[in-house]
Amino acid sequence: MAKLTFGGGVHPYDGKALSKDKPMKTIIPTGEMVYPLSQHIGAPAVPVVKKGDRVLTGQKIAEAGGFVSAPIYATVSGTVKGIEPRRVVTGDLINSIIVDNDGLLEEVAYTPHEPDKLDKKEIIELIKEAGIVGMGGAGFPTHVKLSPKEPEKIEYVIANCAECEPYLTSDYRRMIEEPEKLVEGLKIILRLFDNAQGILAVEDNKPDCVKILTEMTQNEPKISVAALKTKYPQGAERQIIYATTGREINSKMLPADAGCVVDNVDTIVAVYHAVKEGKPLMNRIVTVTGDAVNDPRNFYVRIGMNYKDLIEEAGGLKCTPEKIVSGGPMMGFALFDLNVPTTKTASALLCLTHDEVSAMEPTPCINCGRCVAACPSRLVPTRLAVLSEHYDEEGFVANDGMECVECGCCSYVCPAKRHLTQAIKSMRKNVLGKRKKA
Amino acid sequence: MDNHLDTMFRVSSNPHVRAKDTTSRIMLYVVIALLPATLFGVFNFGFHALLLVIITVLTTVLAEYIYDRCMKKKITVTDFSAVVTGLLLALNLPPKAPLWIGVIGGAFAIIVVKMLFGGLGQNFMNPALGARCFLLISFTSIMTNFDCDAYTGATPLAAIKAGEGVNVLDMVIGRTAGTIGETSMIAILIGAVFLLVMKVIDLKVPASYLISFVVFLLLFSGRGFDVEYLVSQLAGGGLMLGAFFMATDYVTRPITDKGQYVFGVFLGIMTGIFRLFGPSAEGVSYAIILGNLLVPLIENVTRPTAFGKKKVKKEAG
Repeated sequence: MAKLTFGGGVHPYDGKALSKDKPMKTIIPTGEMVYPLSQHIGAPAVPVVKKGDRVLTGQKIAEAGGFVSAPIYATVSGTVKGIEPRRVVTGDLINSIIVDNDGLLEEVAYTPHEPDKLDKKEIIELIKEAGIVGMGGAGFPTHVKLSPKEPEKIEYVIANCAECEPYLTSDYRRMIEEPEKLVEGLKIILRLFDNAQGILAVEDNKPDCVKILTEMTQNEPKISVAALKTKYPQGAERQIIYATTGREINSKMLPADAGCVVDNVDTIVAVYHAVKEGKPLMNRIVTVTGDAVNDPRNFYVRIGMNYKDLIEEAGGLKCTPEKIVSGGPMMGFALFDLNVPTTKTASALLCLTHDEVSAMEPTPCINCGRCVAACPSRLVPTRLAVLSEHYDEEGFVANDGMECVECGCCSYVCPAKRHLTQAIKSMRKNVLGKRKKA
Repeated sequence: MDNHLDTMFRVSSNPHVRAKDTTSRIMLYVVIALLPATLFGVFNFGFHALLLVIITVLTTVLAEYIYDRCMKKKITVTDFSAVVTGLLLALNLPPKAPLWIGVIGGAFAIIVVKMLFGGLGQNFMNPALGARCFLLISFTSIMTNFDCDAYTGATPLAAIKAGEGVNVLDMVIGRTAGTIGETSMIAILIGAVFLLVMKVIDLKVPASYLISFVVFLLLFSGRGFDVEYLVSQLAGGGLMLGAFFMATDYVTRPITDKGQYVFGVFLGIMTGIFRLFGPSAEGVSYAIILGNLLVPLIENVTRPTAFGKKKVKKEAG
């Protein structure tokens, strides 16, 4: 029962025109590469190299630290300079493997596979070994997602091609330039679920992608294309499941509970590379954009590369930006410093000349209800924010504060410019932290 | 070499973009939407009405400014909410009321009803209506005297209550006795359409209010389906102004969708009771402030069910 949309949501200025029509550019990195051991949800990876070791492109440098974890591979050849804490986009210091890039890009040999000749276990093992995690931003290890308790109950594998975040065009470029990898990747994932249909869920502001994918999947009885209404956060997991299947899940459920598996475009392409070519996850597409960038476009980036070099590749900056965001403007992280590495989950680097957040002081809530109308989780954000500010943990949980997906719609629409998402987020973190300890 | 990269950039929690509307812009829209009714009132009732509007608005703005200064708070008059309060109060005053009525009412609205409860967003009662009811009780004869140069005698609603006939067309256009801003249904609706188009208000409260009021009249007025009577009841008194400009006041109506319907229906029923069975022909102001008092309760029982928390209905097959 496809509804193609969801309740709530907002329509921010989309800014995609800056970068959407330029072809992707491949960057060959120079200098130091940094590989944080936590680029995913779950246990940190464990290094298998030590200072002074020579590593090759595609060589495993850290192995998974548990089932919910993912290994990490070198993306250049060079020498391990050390293992030390480095700053990442969230502002945290994370233990990282530093590799001195020798510029030779010597590669290990990969073993290609014929996906049709592999059984389910082998496919999942290849995905696990490749270190693939959700590349839309969450970083949940993909092999875990693809191993639900009852695989036969999965009815839909949803390829999340919505790309609802403003300014981001990496999924768009991928669908335009390499749609066959996306479709092949989806077919590989569908091999894991006998009763599942594949849905390529694209927002209808990308009619060219809808057309290409529809044509490509004409003779694929198990795959269909859904053109979803353009609205943020259409690409949020719960919203895209609802829009494509009419099913609702809450914070205590997994997509599998609704018979769904959702994977992002880049993740599915990584599955294709891992299974078909035997290549681990080493690259991703990053949109470098914003009105402060000289040449906004998408780059095919080797993970581990420094953000500063990315900016250089995009022609440098026109002027000093006020704000730099890793990810999209609605859910991305603001950076105070660019000296951080590209990780598996870094979808974009956004340089804004104007910061709309600091430009306006918050004023009292006038109860207008716009946050209520915009909340895709059907909450009352302004009340939750007050509960959070009053440190009323019980009230916050009782009012379903934990159902918030932190999409940012409430803060976006608030005419009083209140920091609603921020207040709710911090209380959520607090509650989650306590639950973890208990 | 300046590559613009060696500075520290601003950080904040997501989202990093904001919609354009601000509180003051919304308030300004409301002021603009009230202008047709104001202009019609001035045109209808003459220069004194204009003077009364100006004095009342000046009082509310000044009262807020002085209060902020005395309490050493941030000056908040630039958000235009005091202008909205002043204008709404003035439109609810009889056209020949002395100017000091506007001053007392304006000061009461801002200081007692709004600022003492914490200022914008914290008042539990619509300030303009709170002040109007205060004036009605304290200065009843002034507040219920609608004699002026253009019209003498009772307001149309009072005439209907007394069993007299009224000219419905005059009521819709606004050529009747009444408060400055309430008489012209057309002028008020022009403003209301503007607010609807600018998405400042929606129809949840006004529609449920007006529909439930009409249903109440159909059931209890004893007149049956008498179109002329129904239209005169809708156009008469403060109903239109109340339904579109005061019942929709963000601060004092429920924030939840369902709550807004409940609120509107409650107002419709109360207005019907006051108008049919009360001693006065009017009842909108009292209905709305009574409704205001119930808002926290209504919000509590109408909290929306979070996404995914409903029992998921199994699809057939």
